[in-house]
Amino acid sequence: MSALSVKNVNKRFGGLKALDNVNLEIDGGTVHAIIGPNGAGKSTLLNCFIGRLEPDTGSVTFNGQSLLGMAPHEINQAGVSRVFQTPEIFGDLSLIDNVMIPSFARRDGAFKINAWTPVRRNGPMAEKAMSMLEDVGLAAKADETAGHLSRGDKRRLELAMCLVQDPKLLLLDEPTAGMARADTNNTIDLMKTIAQRGVTMVVIEHDMHVVFSLAEKISVLAQGTVIAEDTPANIKGNPKVQEAYLGGAHL
Amino acid sequence: MFANTISKKDLALLAVFTAAVLAGPIILKPIGAGYPDLLQKFAIYGIFALGFNILFGLTGYLSFGHAAFLGVGSYTAVWTFKLLSMNPIPAIILATIAGGLFSALIGFISLRRSGIYFSILTLAFAQMSYNLAYSVLTPITNGETGLQLTQSDPRALDVAFGRDYGAVLPVSDLFGMEMQGYPGFYFCAVMLIVCFFISMRIYRSPFGMMLRAVKSNQNRLNFTGVHTRPYALTAFIISGMYAGLAGGLLAVTDPLAGAERMQWTASGEVVLMTILGGAGTLLGPVIGAGAIKYFENIFSAFNDGILMKIFSFLPEVLQHLAVSISSLFVGEGWHLTLGALFMVIVIFLPGGLMEGVTRLSNLFRKQPPDDRAGGTPHPAPAE
Amino acid sequence: MDAILLQVLNGLDKGGAYALIALGLTIIFGTLGVVNFAHGALFMLGAFCAVTVKALLGITKVTLDPTQTTPWGAPMEIRQPYVEVWFGDFGTTLLDYSVPVSILVAIPIMLLIGIVMERGLIRFFYKRPHAEQILVTFGLAIVIQEIVKSNFGANPIPQPAPDMFNGMIDFGVALGFDAGNVVYPAWRLIYFLFSVGVIAAVFAFLQFTTFGMVVRAGMADRETVGLLGIDIDRRFTIVFGIAAVVAGLAGTMYTPILSPDYHMGMDFLVLSFVVVVVGGMGSLGGAVAAGFLLGVLQSFASMNEVKAILPGIDQIIIYLIAVVVLLVRPRGLMGRRGVMEQ
Repeated sequence: MSALSVKNVNKRFGGLKALDNVNLEIDGGTVHAIIGPNGAGKSTLLNCFIGRLEPDTGSVTFNGQSLLGMAPHEINQAGVSRVFQTPEIFGDLSLIDNVMIPSFARRDGAFKINAWTPVRRNGPMAEKAMSMLEDVGLAAKADETAGHLSRGDKRRLELAMCLVQDPKLLLLDEPTAGMARADTNNTIDLMKTIAQRGVTMVVIEHDMHVVFSLAEKISVLAQGTVIAEDTPANIKGNPKVQEAYLGGAHL
Repeated sequence: MFANTISKKDLALLAVFTAAVLAGPIILKPIGAGYPDLLQKFAIYGIFALGFNILFGLTGYLSFGHAAFLGVGSYTAVWTFKLLSMNPIPAIILATIAGGLFSALIGFISLRRSGIYFSILTLAFAQMSYNLAYSVLTPITNGETGLQLTQSDPRALDVAFGRDYGAVLPVSDLFGMEMQGYPGFYFCAVMLIVCFFISMRIYRSPFGMMLRAVKSNQNRLNFTGVHTRPYALTAFIISGMYAGLAGGLLAVTDPLAGAERMQWTASGEVVLMTILGGAGTLLGPVIGAGAIKYFENIFSAFNDGILMKIFSFLPEVLQHLAVSISSLFVGEGWHLTLGALFMVIVIFLPGGLMEGVTRLSNLFRKQPPDDRAGGTPHPAPAE
Repeated sequence: MDAILLQVLNGLDKGGAYALIALGLTIIFGTLGVVNFAHGALFMLGAFCAVTVKALLGITKVTLDPTQTTPWGAPMEIRQPYVEVWFGDFGTTLLDYSVPVSILVAIPIMLLIGIVMERGLIRFFYKRPHAEQILVTFGLAIVIQEIVKSNFGANPIPQPAPDMFNGMIDFGVALGFDAGNVVYPAWRLIYFLFSVGVIAAVFAFLQFTTFGMVVRAGMADRETVGLLGIDIDRRFTIVFGIAAVVAGLAGTMYTPILSPDYHMGMDFLVLSFVVVVVGGMGSLGGAVAAGFLLGVLQSFASMNEVKAILPGIDQIIIYLIAVVVLLVRPRGLMGRRGVMEQ
């Protein structure tokens, strides 16, 4: 059954039609890639999933629950985490704090005054955060200030921040942009292990290497509409996709 | 009781802080600050700044209205003296509660916006409270004269316990110990230590971590599943309670409450104390509060006669020049010094004295010194 | 009906002052991205331009008249302002019109103050956090205020309007009401017209000059303008200078209505900030509309009939409206999404 269901979503910005009747069904436990040229509306679509934008019309449901009208923190508490295109991290705090905060948010909910017991640096929460940092290869930098990281490292940190929450649905907006090739491959491996755990993933990516190594299904977005949706093998040969996406060049 | 939840480092810090505060009268004697009236101010404004720092230092929300909570605390305490008892305990409890309630109200509205909007709103509400205290609320605040005790106050609890102050104007007393002079200071000092301890717990807790995250990236925190507004509001209320307590203590040591305590300059002063010491640091605000109150005390006591003496080593022409320039900054002109200090700190040392100390120690530790470390403040008025 | 008209008129002059200060604040927010807590101090400095000009014009020449003696036998001192000695009747007029004449002095002085402030301090804070901008301009406001206090003292210094405008205008008669019902001080009417004139001039400047176009573009989207390769720095300086002049003139002309003292700026600043918040951050029209609106509402709240029902309402009406507006329309009456929001 489909975990995330997007029906007839429209979104206008002034005169510009950013999303034009988008329909998507994303099956639970699969990796679904959304590709398309710049300005096709991919990030806008993700913003509609997490409560950053409200679609003008249409519906977005996650496991049968409508996400529209929910506040961003409520959507996250429902199990949806997102890696942003420009990394959104807590730049003034240490890496370990960066990962512990989402972890506390998952444990304590949207709001809890937990002001008396100190955060323990050797407790289970810290250990969990540390193991996440190890997974993304940043354990050595755990006590550094996150704002000083390179862009690729920030992205991996953000990934760890999402993973520590054990999300049911993980939205990834260009998760490997700005990473060196080796790091990209590590990230792909990491995402594969996450996928094996049964986490549903939606990936926006320009790097076709990443897309084709991960995705079980691909949707192609152009000018705000889904022009094709198929398995990676079939998408490669789809002439409509080549036309829209690469101006006729072969993938 | 908390040996397993508090780190050794914090325990040591708390012990040193406690010792330093209690030994304040001795430690501060050499610089001429070892007398109780001033020490009381150090402790009281230390509490005020500690609380302000929980809001500003942790969440980054810059309130320009905290003097209002201080004022509310003072009024509440004086009314408690008048109606219930001269014992300081009910007075400060009610003052803290009043500060908390009032800040909950103002915070609830102001926190609907963030950033500059928030600062403007808090400033506006404080100004509104100040205006009200001077006008319509005169029956409660006694307007310009300020709220004072009278012999004919009911003091229900004192009467019930058979306590009679006779025909003199009473002072607050803790079971017979008058809250003036050194006993008054030690009462405030104990409160300061308790407040410092609470601050420390908040700093080290997951709650404190969330507040820091609010300051660092509120957006991310929202998308991380945290509802940021109640966190900021809680911090606002806690800091309002600290302010209420400080206001209550001001009334305990001197049972009088005036509206000028709520003016925007007073709100500005606590901001300055916090950034001077170092916003977001545990100890900074207490140090900042002490420094401001100390220099206020010294500077406002200066007059031309004293200045002439200070500059007497100069040739006469220079002496007069030096006196006429520096007299702008002392006595009545203390606020000019305050304003100039404000600018100098923000321009050169936005991290406050605590950052200055860190920079200096880095300077000695590492060899190629950080070039930004040259920005030590100098006492020139800004351009 | 006539009572309502009177209250509307009463609110317009104060509303004009709010609008002028709020306009400058908004322009500075919008283009420079700076929150200027010293803007009230500029208003106050403008007012003290009038004080200074009047004091200078009033410097008297002392001559001894040997033909007359005081009761103590000394020659009589004749005191006469130099301007009268030099210019005769024109000098007398000049003295009488010292407030409007101050405008000529206030424009260059306020422009200079604005430029010095921007070059000397504000520009270093474009990239720093808003909290630090607020703090440093707050400090500056205190410094300016205290310097004025040490030079001019703490007491208000009355500035009379020119004789011709000292009287009242029976406004009602012109509109068909009975005589004596809508009587309005002439200078307040002048102030209202003046503020409308200045607002119109600012809008015309923004609308019809290329410079103004760039400023408007900058308010809409600061990054784009930066990319156009326009020398933003110099324009910022001029924008700040203009805002300083607008605030200063608002203060100069306000002196006959409110005798200037050193802390008048902060009182007006707080209210003008509220005006900006109500009007909508970044909206020039909103700032002006909200300025007049709040001025008029405040004047209604000061009516005895209203105060009898809601005591103290005149003190808090503006803040109450701000609360309601923020709860109902968080961006203000004319605010746009994304302007001045982090």
